Amino acid sequence: MGAMNWGFKKSLWVFHLNAGACNNCDIEVLDCLCPKYDVERFGIKLVGSVKHADVLLVSGSVPRKVVPQLVETFEQAPQPCAVVALGSCGCTGGIFKDGYNFAGPVDKHIPVNAYIPGCPPRPEAIIDGIVKLIGKL
Amino acid sequence: MTTTIPIGPFHPVLEEPEYITLEVDGETVIGANFDLGRVHRGMELLAQEKTYDQDIFLVERICGICSASHSWAASLAIEDIVGCEVPARARYLRTIVHELERLHSHMLWVGLAGHIIGYWTVFMWGWKYREPILDALEAITGNRQHYAWYRPGGVRRDVPDEIWPNVLKIIEEFDRKTDMLTGAILDDPVILGRLRGVGILTKEDAIAYGTLGPTARGSGFDVDIRRDEPYGAYSEVDWDVIVQDGCDCLAVAVVRLLEMKESVKIIRQCIEKLPGGPIDAEVREVPRGEGCGHVEAPRGESFHFIRSNGTNMPERHKMRAPTFNNIPSFRPRIKGETISDALLIFAVIDPCYSCTERLAIVGPSGEKLATSKDLLRLSHEKTEELRKNS
Repeated sequence: MGAMNWGFKKSLWVFHLNAGACNNCDIEVLDCLCPKYDVERFGIKLVGSVKHADVLLVSGSVPRKVVPQLVETFEQAPQPCAVVALGSCGCTGGIFKDGYNFAGPVDKHIPVNAYIPGCPPRPEAIIDGIVKLIGKL
Repeated sequence: MTTTIPIGPFHPVLEEPEYITLEVDGETVIGANFDLGRVHRGMELLAQEKTYDQDIFLVERICGICSASHSWAASLAIEDIVGCEVPARARYLRTIVHELERLHSHMLWVGLAGHIIGYWTVFMWGWKYREPILDALEAITGNRQHYAWYRPGGVRRDVPDEIWPNVLKIIEEFDRKTDMLTGAILDDPVILGRLRGVGILTKEDAIAYGTLGPTARGSGFDVDIRRDEPYGAYSEVDWDVIVQDGCDCLAVAVVRLLEMKESVKIIRQCIEKLPGGPIDAEVREVPRGEGCGHVEAPRGESFHFIRSNGTNMPERHKMRAPTFNNIPSFRPRIKGETISDALLIFAVIDPCYSCTERLAIVGPSGEKLATSKDLLRLSHEKTEELRKNS
């Protein structure tokens, strides 16, 4: 196990980026931090800047206006940084994939390590996705 | 000398991507500008390319928190065209889900407001008390959010009677917790200091800027679609419209806190009176015509207009979400306040930018470039591109 993988083993810090989501995925992410699920017990927490983050959590269908900022955010992240696409929109574009302003999904612009489908994914699903991500890294 | 402070577009406090620039002189805010468009998904055109049944699923996803309001308003618009009578049981079931949504939305706002003014306890409490409401919604509709519960003519599924005692237990418990939380918030001198007298929106301004919902009711403007133009079961149950004259952030917070108690009252009565019978008017065809529907969403009015040309898809589907008419009230609120209060004032209308995004591309001489035909062309080109690539 290299130093990098060792760093991923515990206490993942997450930067959450809403790239055109309907709020639901974002609310479920916040729900994970609240008393019922409380992932902060395991050292997983949301941080205010991607420069502090181990994981970039992207929700939403990625409208055109967000693309440059999405790519820039990913480039600013210290590597290795795992990217998680959250929700149906983030994974495939979902119901919005035929829209004229749709420029996604997320993996069209940045490499994605894990997909968490669902509209919205339940907090349990989000936690399960992160646990599987830790196992994979 | 004025300085410009950028907030966003990906700000840790604001969940949604929006870019706000504050013009400040010293610590006093003298103006605010918004740069939106990061959540624009082209809903109205998408709605015109889907059938009426599919449309309901689409409009639910305008916003994650008002999903029941939007789907109910769209269903009302379609029922307006068809001219069908919704069965009583369906009206009551619709009302219950809508009020449960209001409960969780208001509680979410209370939590976020606590988070913004630096009270993590309020945030954690609020979101903890909100969880059982989501469980109740899951028991009734099958999903925590995006319920897929409304359909033109009624509701999609019937509910067995066994679940109601559990739902009643959840809302009674929630009612007690709300009392406790309301008392704790309104007794705390620091919270009162942060909210009272901050972000004044006078009644005249509230009317002039076209605000609706708790934003308007916090400024003494007595308006509520549930009472003024009753739909669902609202005319058959006993409840009050909460109006506060404070005009500041505290008044809006009090409106939301007290409205939760009214919602609990409505749900309790609806469950007690819930009639039997069919749940769906079985709408099979939508004739040529126009219809509109509006409901009182947790944040204001959610309005849907549909024009049908007799086919199975709407010819025009216009949506207007609550935040759209509440956003302009930022300007009178923010003038003369300090930077530290700015975020609270942005949050006080419970903004939801995903509801609000509009597209209008304006050319150099002022002509509108993005007509619906242009948008259609863009959409078609995109499909072609996808086809070529696949």
